[in-house]
Amino acid sequence: MSAKQVSMRDAARLGCYALVTGLVLLLANRFTASTIHRNELQHLNATLTEVLPDSYIDNMLQAKKVAVPDKNRDQSLTVYRGYLNQKPSAVVIQTTAPEGYSGSIDLLIGLTYDGVVTGVRVVKHTETPGLGDDIEIKKSDWILSFNGKGLNSPVNWKVKRDGGDFDQFTGATITPRAVVHEVHQTVEWYKEHRQQIFDRQ
Amino acid sequence: MNDSSANTIRWKSGLWHNNAALVQLLGLCPLLAVSNTAINGVALGLATLVTLVVSNTIVSATRHWLIYEVRIPVFVLLISGIVTTIGMLMNAFSYELYLQLGIFIPLIITNCTILARAEAFASRNTVAQSFLDGVSHGVGFALVLIVMGAIRELLGTGTLFSQSDLLFGTLIGEEPLMAFENYRGLLVAVLPPGAFIVLGLLIAGKNLLEQRKHPQHKESVSSEI
Repeated sequence: MSAKQVSMRDAARLGCYALVTGLVLLLANRFTASTIHRNELQHLNATLTEVLPDSYIDNMLQAKKVAVPDKNRDQSLTVYRGYLNQKPSAVVIQTTAPEGYSGSIDLLIGLTYDGVVTGVRVVKHTETPGLGDDIEIKKSDWILSFNGKGLNSPVNWKVKRDGGDFDQFTGATITPRAVVHEVHQTVEWYKEHRQQIFDRQ
Repeated sequence: MNDSSANTIRWKSGLWHNNAALVQLLGLCPLLAVSNTAINGVALGLATLVTLVVSNTIVSATRHWLIYEVRIPVFVLLISGIVTTIGMLMNAFSYELYLQLGIFIPLIITNCTILARAEAFASRNTVAQSFLDGVSHGVGFALVLIVMGAIRELLGTGTLFSQSDLLFGTLIGEEPLMAFENYRGLLVAVLPPGAFIVLGLLIAGKNLLEQRKHPQHKESVSSEI
């Protein structure tokens, strides 16, 4: 066989392996895609229910998802709108605190129509294990200290070290400071944009 | 050499003399990244074991069809295909665990142990032997991963097998085993430096045992692949 023929044979053999592997992946994807999609929806639903209890709404939040532009950042914010008896009753806002100790912290914030926090959960973060990860509900109930706070009453949106209402953690101030700041920003943003959020289709 | 003594050699090689993590120092990327809790170690260990066994079996079964010059791309192709499939299956049927480990699953592809076993063993031996080789090396790697995870979790947070419900449901109880009450935690153990320190200690411990067993050898020698 000439060198060219050898190369052709090698390429063909490699191509056969690639074809078979690709076929297996295709089948695996076909087989699992619907289950994966259902898992993701269920997970999202469970997290949404955690920040906004079912008693506030009677619609499917995911069906009322809307992206609202935010002039302070490049991306628009994702907002899930909740209704009770056809009237706007609550929202869940998906947002990011950019100034965590080691990167950004993704949050879900549930608010009543009047702008009172029904729940906050950290969806994703890279804070130091053992110090900053007390923002997770699994590790500490600190995140529950936002419940019931909002536009109904005056709140000092700072950690205690800065003279505010929220505890910091032993050895970690930056992480809770970032979360408190972001929740405050979001509540204020909601106050300004409420009309716009519920007017959108 | 009869079958049973060959099998014994396979087991000893994977678990001890050529242990992927402690002797060959292969697969350090997933080993160091995911060994922060015992349960993470169990999960990634099992996933690696399955990958290694499947990869070894397929490589061995098609070894007469392999062309020497393109064998490495073929191995890489097969391994990444297997790992991606395992990732999809986990995503579908063990979602909670996938949320925890999902980003580490593709790391298995970077585990050179799998490529090394395909190249050094499976492409030259029978399917049965390659299967056994995959099991023994996979178990050897998984054990180190679990032991490291347990040590780091114990030192770092004072618990053992926390969040085991992700893997075993409520089989062994939802509460983690608390080793010490009111333990403040040794933070460095769960951070990346802790991974290096614990691995170093494990390797030192293994070498110490080897020296005790064969005092005439100054260093542990491993010639058998």
